[in-house]
Amino acid sequence: MDSDLIVQILFAAIKTGTPLLFIALGEVICEKSGTLNLGQEGMMLMGAVVGFLAAYGTGSAGLGVLAAMLMGALMSMIFAVLVLHLGANQVATGLALTIFGTGLSAFIGSGVVGQTIQGFQPIAIPFLSDIPFLGRILFNHDILVYFSFVMTFALIYIVNKTRIGLILKAVGENPHAANAIGIKVLRVRYLAVMFGGIMAGVSGAYMSLVYTPMWVENMTAGRGWIALALVVFASWRVGRIMLGAYLFGLASIMHLVLQGLGWSISPNLLAMLPYVATVIVMVIISADRFKEKLLAPRSLGKPFDPRNMA
Amino acid sequence: MIRIQARTEPSSLMKVASPLLAITLTLIFGCILFSAIGKSPTQALHVLLIAPLADSYNIGEMFVKMGPLLLCAVGLSLCYRANMWNIGAEGQLLAGALGGSAVALYFIDSESSFALPMTLLAGIISGMLWAAMPTFLKLKYNSNLILTTIMFNYIALYLLIWAVHGPLRDPEGFGFPESALFSDNTLLPVLFESSRIHLGIVFALISGVIGWFILSKTHLGFQIRVFGADEPAARYAGFSGKKLSWLVMLFAGALAGLAGVSETTGPIGQLVPNVSPGYGYSAIIVAYLGRLHPLGAILAAVFMAVLYMGGDLAQIEMGIPVAVVSMFQGVLLFFLLACDFFINNRLAFTNQATN
Repeated sequence: MDSDLIVQILFAAIKTGTPLLFIALGEVICEKSGTLNLGQEGMMLMGAVVGFLAAYGTGSAGLGVLAAMLMGALMSMIFAVLVLHLGANQVATGLALTIFGTGLSAFIGSGVVGQTIQGFQPIAIPFLSDIPFLGRILFNHDILVYFSFVMTFALIYIVNKTRIGLILKAVGENPHAANAIGIKVLRVRYLAVMFGGIMAGVSGAYMSLVYTPMWVENMTAGRGWIALALVVFASWRVGRIMLGAYLFGLASIMHLVLQGLGWSISPNLLAMLPYVATVIVMVIISADRFKEKLLAPRSLGKPFDPRNMA
Repeated sequence: MIRIQARTEPSSLMKVASPLLAITLTLIFGCILFSAIGKSPTQALHVLLIAPLADSYNIGEMFVKMGPLLLCAVGLSLCYRANMWNIGAEGQLLAGALGGSAVALYFIDSESSFALPMTLLAGIISGMLWAAMPTFLKLKYNSNLILTTIMFNYIALYLLIWAVHGPLRDPEGFGFPESALFSDNTLLPVLFESSRIHLGIVFALISGVIGWFILSKTHLGFQIRVFGADEPAARYAGFSGKKLSWLVMLFAGALAGLAGVSETTGPIGQLVPNVSPGYGYSAIIVAYLGRLHPLGAILAAVFMAVLYMGGDLAQIEMGIPVAVVSMFQGVLLFFLLACDFFINNRLAFTNQATN
């Protein structure tokens, strides 16, 4: 394999990993507040279709991303009201959100299937893109990839170094103690869920505006679910999510790698790879029960009802 | 003034009323949606609810759709009762279709009377195998069952697509990704002339009764219910969580596998890439709508099958995308979860002056 091919593969791994990175960043914040939203896939599909429709209608990919963010936030609010206010089961509500989003996105997108648009163009960052090898892998992308870099580092800082991060973790670890010191637990969770929705929207928009760029039913192909596994893989640490997303990106484009090596395997078998990899990774990560208990937010998936506070 | 008050005891009336209320709200939502896109709401209601049951052919088709939904939902009801979050009915169904089809194709030139039983058995075992893998990974390696079962759904789907493009493709099929048509010897008998109602639907109804019997009449079912309601209490009583987990998962896998093989040896008659329009996912909603009760699942599966039929008819008669079905399913589950709030809570009308 020559170095040109390696650059191409790593470049593609970042591109393929970017939607996973966005959505997993949203989910990790959501889970850190103690809320498990299994509706990622549905929110992502809605982001993808609304982003595409907006960009198709206005001719502006930027407006597409904004519309996708708004849609993601709206979708996440359905989840938030049911789970946070009405105490509904988080697993069932998340599933409902995914089923709903899958149907609604196919419904409203049925008119634009197969249409193409002008998505975001790559922007080479001056100087940085001239770095040999790394420059071509990291700094020759579209603007959303750079946005994902910025978001990752901003979130690492916010979660680990600021008061907001502290409040978020307090709510996820021990909502009763957080409530006792005057933190509005439900408000924090609402915001965390909404952030998850916004990021899922961006992630969907990346799929329909950059990655393909077009709208096809079910085009996210389980990425919303893989992102949930990615959060476990990253042990709920923001920095590791980036690494994980690119590794999963690499697993999704293994067919390119294998072609480079001159192997020929059925593309349908290779299409299983990201899902098989997800299972293997989860087995390895979760096998240590003690470690997982230590790392997962303690109140993850458990409802909090302020009325029960005496 | 209206206030929300916690009930001292869960309302058993609301437990039954909540699914009916949720269905009503979903239909109202449907009318509003259809008027919003410029279709007549009464016509929409007619197409969604009445037309699917209007003539004997449509009723037959409704039963054909009910079969796989019910088989999957009965298994899932038991899983969820035991706190096993199995989202993998779709994959188990596809695995059953794939395994069963491989055996059906092996018997394609055979006159053996074992051909059909062996085919069905292969489907059941494939479904069980597909359920066993995530169960093993959960019990042995503590991996998250929701995520592994979903991953296995995708793996099953690509395995099936690979099979119909490769080893199981009909050599005389002009390159279409489909298996050869099964011989009559491996097809499920049709029960009523001029309909497609097949033996698989009887299996489904029997599974509902068996599920009910296990859950309500046996010590095993008692253990499942205690386990789901209060896990520490179940452990204290000495019930083995591992054993129960294995049993409910294998039961669910077997039924989903049977659903898959019944589709390929029933209405379809060959292995095709789109064996299931998401029956395994819809069955989750059926299980919830039926209150995780196998007999309730029968009623819920009928409603869901009507909805599927209604979606097909809405596409044919009104040009509405068939995806509307999955959207209604999501909305239905939203409304159900919201209505369930009132099982443990109630609206209290208080006079402001007394405050």
